Order: sequence, then C-alpha cells, then structure tokens
Amino acid sequence: MTTVLIALAGGAGALTRFVTDGAIARRNRLRMPVGTVVINVTGSLLLGLLTGLFALSGGDSSGAALKAVIGTGFCGGFTTFSTASVESMRLWAAEGRTAGIGYAAATLVLSVAAAAAGLGIGHLLA
Amino acid sequence: MGVTDDPELDPELDPELAPRLESDSAATPPARRVGGVLRRSPLLAVVIFVGGACGTLVRAALETAAPAAPAGVPWTTLVINVVGSLLLGLLLESLTRTGPDEGWRRTARLGLGTGVLGGFTTYSTFAVETVGRLTPQTMAVGLSYAVGSVVLGVAAAAVGYRLARRVLGRAPVSGQAG
Repeated sequence: MTTVLIALAGGAGALTRFVTDGAIARRNRLRMPVGTVVINVTGSLLLGLLTGLFALSGGDSSGAALKAVIGTGFCGGFTTFSTASVESMRLWAAEGRTAGIGYAAATLVLSVAAAAAGLGIGHLLA
Repeated sequence: MGVTDDPELDPELDPELAPRLESDSAATPPARRVGGVLRRSPLLAVVIFVGGACGTLVRAALETAAPAAPAGVPWTTLVINVVGSLLLGLLLESLTRTGPDEGWRRTARLGLGTGVLGGFTTYSTFAVETVGRLTPQTMAVGLSYAVGSVVLGVAAAAVGYRLARRVLGRAPVSGQAG
C-alpha cells in the first residue's frame, strides 16, 4: 500500500514541478532557468524538515510510512537532479564555463543549506 | 522543469499551442496560462503524472534494495542521479535532432523526461544525504559526495548529448531552424 502511495505522490510531485517551473519560467527575465533552482531548494527544505521531524520519533511505522510517501514520493518526484545537470551543461555551452559552474554550484549550496535548515527546524519541532 | 523552457527553442512553454495562447495572454496571468496548457491538453498531465510515478517507483525500489550506509557514500542515489542525467541528455538531444517539439515528440519529452527521469532522479534526497555527512567525522565523504555527484551529473548529461549527436548526426533536422 505504501509503495502505491509513494508512486502516486511521485506522480503528483512531477506534475507540481511541471506547473511550478512553467509559472516561474514565464516570469523569469534572467538568462538562467531559475525554476529548477527554486524547485530543488524548496523540495530539499521540505525533505529536510520531514527527516528532522521523524528522526527522533523512532521506528513508529505510521510516521515512517508518511515520511516515505511525502519524502521519497512527493519530494523525490518534485525535485530533479537530471534537469539540474542538463541545464548546467546547456548554460556552460551557451553562456560559458562560469555560468554553467555557477548555476550548478548555486543549486548545490542553496539546496544543501535548505536541507540543513529544514533538518534543524524539524529537530526543534519534533 | 526547465526542459520545458528550452532557451534554444521557444520562450513559450508549448510551441504547438503558442498561437492560441497568445490570443488570451494579455488577460490571463502567467500561472493561469500554464494551467491553460494542461487544460487544453489534459492528456499531458496524465503522461507527466504516470511517468513521474514510474520513475519514483523505480528509485524507491532501488533505494530499498540498496540503502545508503549511514556514514558512507550513498552509492544508490549517486548512480540513479548520474544515469538519469545521462539519459535525459540523450533523450532531449535525440528529440531535438529528429524534429520539432510537438506531437509524439513533445509527449515523449514530457512523459519520459519531465515524468520518468524527473521522478527517477532526486535533488532532495541528495541534499539531505549530503547534510547528514557534513559532520566533522565524515566531512570528506560529504564533500566528495556533493561535488562528485554534481560534476559526474553534468559530465553524464554532456555524454548523453554527444551520444545523440554521434548517432543522429550533427546537423539539426528542423528545417526552419536551418
């Protein structure tokens, strides 16, 4: 049952990513695909928060299932590593090495910082 | 995902529907217009949803079969993300090389790219795994995992692109683009 819910949550995450990215792309006047950055940073924040919340609750099975559905399912389906890679590579090709590396580094640093912040808040709330 | 706003193609989310979208673009805010694309082609939403569910399912199965060691390199996520980056580079360039982004080609891009590969790969798990390894004792593992994943991912995407170009030829097929 949990497996089915994880898959459905992953589908919902992918669809949310498509709609979110499209909405940001239409407002974006920069030459960088900001949508994927926003998606990966918010998804990392949410997964960090969940991980922090459920880390101290022990092996509670309903908590673990909820974390798997929202975390592995939704957050995993929402965020994307492959698009981040392809966009870094395209920026590198189109705008130069600095743009490509800068985009990849900014995504990495912001996402890891967001995950750390989420974990910290989750621990506090748990 | 950003693949939907390929700067090389068209600023509009959906080139095929662009003329129709322009007619009501002045009156509708951007977010509603994106929803409009899905309302006009509701099948695309199904394609993305099903693709995302399949990709997520495969990732979840692999992570369950080979879970990451608490202080070690999370190899499963690393392989998933690098392989997914290669496949997305290969897919997108193959589609671009064989014709315009419409019809079955657009369905394949959204279903396999945005859906399956987007759902298969994950930045959130990667980020949380990295944070968990940025402790004084495991700093080297955390930093290598973080930088290694990103470098290998970008390199893999480039390999996918080149593979598609090698197989399908260098010249773009799209007539109007020259």
